[in-house]
Amino acid sequence: MTDLTDLTLADARDGLRARRFSATELAQSHLARIEAARALNAFVLETPDRALAAAAASDARIASGDARPLEGVPLGVKDLFCTQGVRTTACSRILDGFVPPYESTVTSQLWRDGAVMLGKLNNDEFAMGSSNETSCFGPVVSPWRRRGSNVHAGGESGAVEGQHLVPGGSSGGSAAAVAARLCLGATATDTGGSIRQPAAFTGTVGIKPTYGRCSRWGIVAFASSLDQAGPIARTVRDCAILLGSMAGHDPKDSTSADLSVPDFEAAVARGVKGLTIGIPKEYRLPGMPAEIETLWKRGQEMMRDAGARIVDVSLPHTKYALPAYYIVAPAEASSNLARYDGVRYGLRVPGRDITGLYEATRAEGFGREVQRRVMIGTYVLSAGYYDAYYVRAQKIRTLIKRDFEEVYAAGVDAILTPATPSAAFAIGEKGSADPVEMYLNDIFTVTVNMAGLPGIAVPAGLDAQGLPLGLQLIGRPFDEETLFAAAEVIERAAGRTALPEAWWA
Amino acid sequence: MSVDQATVRRIAHLARIRLGDGDLARMGEELNAILGFVEQLNEVDVAGVEPMVSVIPMPLALREDAVTDGGDPDRVLANAPSSEDGFFLVPKVVE
Repeated sequence: MTDLTDLTLADARDGLRARRFSATELAQSHLARIEAARALNAFVLETPDRALAAAAASDARIASGDARPLEGVPLGVKDLFCTQGVRTTACSRILDGFVPPYESTVTSQLWRDGAVMLGKLNNDEFAMGSSNETSCFGPVVSPWRRRGSNVHAGGESGAVEGQHLVPGGSSGGSAAAVAARLCLGATATDTGGSIRQPAAFTGTVGIKPTYGRCSRWGIVAFASSLDQAGPIARTVRDCAILLGSMAGHDPKDSTSADLSVPDFEAAVARGVKGLTIGIPKEYRLPGMPAEIETLWKRGQEMMRDAGARIVDVSLPHTKYALPAYYIVAPAEASSNLARYDGVRYGLRVPGRDITGLYEATRAEGFGREVQRRVMIGTYVLSAGYYDAYYVRAQKIRTLIKRDFEEVYAAGVDAILTPATPSAAFAIGEKGSADPVEMYLNDIFTVTVNMAGLPGIAVPAGLDAQGLPLGLQLIGRPFDEETLFAAAEVIERAAGRTALPEAWWA
Repeated sequence: MSVDQATVRRIAHLARIRLGDGDLARMGEELNAILGFVEQLNEVDVAGVEPMVSVIPMPLALREDAVTDGGDPDRVLANAPSSEDGFFLVPKVVE
């Protein structure tokens, strides 16, 4: 029998129903792989007992012909999702030891449908980062290595060539775990690119749905007007299956959309015949690597070959999306993170008085990147600066959204862009001197959050160093179905990315 | 626009984050790098543009004004660093 961890989520689901293997065997295979992959630091908490208990329950359900849509499917959960009775920290010291007494809506729907939790996945602290280097549990090592690199998990002798690479972020643990076959799929969140950029860096598929498609209830908040949950998995179909369970209206989140959830899996095979795909000229950046340009052109050919019409479009305010984001997101973060004060949960560092307690707790509990963003947010919201920064950024956000609306009104069904301006970089390589260097990673993804639209990243090829590169498709509001159909065309034409051998084990 | 050390100190206090003198200087440089980056937003003509308030327009849902949750102090206090008799404990705040 082939290794069960090599199966796609769809094949595993079907194999379980056909009783070719049991949910217990499937969980055990993944738990063994997780144990052997600790050097990657993808999981910050393993929950094997819970996984095996859930798998046994799934086996009983399958035996009685009572299988639910995701029965027995083992998943990883980003540590931003509150899981009842299971430590949830957002990978911040300030939530040290926090055990939620409730379950996030998104994860509760996955368990409702029979999925099995393997553990909690690493991420940038409070999802603030593009490399998973800001986590209080330390960075995640990408399962990918540059061609010719023999960098290993440590403890071996001999000359080491190359460096460990980042898996991207903030959902770096989710992307690395899926690419390393430690789980069949994972939950993730995306505020400026945190699902799509790590998916692109690791040769996996990730979708950020339309704002409001998934409930944000029980997910640690970063920037509430931008945050959305979504899946990372190894195929377009697997993402469609997971989103079908994660999505849906939730009265506990007043911004969750009261719309029925379409059959996303059925949309995967629709094709793009007759669709109009827009190519925005503003995404052609000066100094962009030729390989990214070539990949983008190839994506356009794949669409054309499958019967789509390619048109040039213009999104004139694209270049202002990232700077406007670095006002809006920190402003919302400074407000959301005010709750971490050492009183109700998490870390407490004593002080002379209550203010001293707050200041000492937040100084010790928040890492540098989080402190920086809370400070920027506090500044742009402070008296005298609010109009100049925050109100101006929100006006520019209106213009960014209007750009997309005009393109869609002209008959464009989806927009094709590169997912990232480069392939993965090495741990420690970026952003140490100037934080903006790291922020530029999100230049192609952040517009989508600013406009509330759905976006999917799908692997489309490898660069000269043998590292994966992804393309992004941006859709109309609540039209994730077209994104799944179009991404499937790219996945088919490009061929599924061969994932790296387990050099870390 | 750039921030000086006194402003960084004031923001740190507003944000309730204690920063040492070395941290203040470093933070000032980093904040100025970000503020320099966002300065390009001043190029954009925003006259007559409404600021965004809701990225996906949707009517706010209303529900009956009734208590639907609560009465569970043990769960609320379960993660408290310090609590007593159903209350969170903090340092004395009134003289």
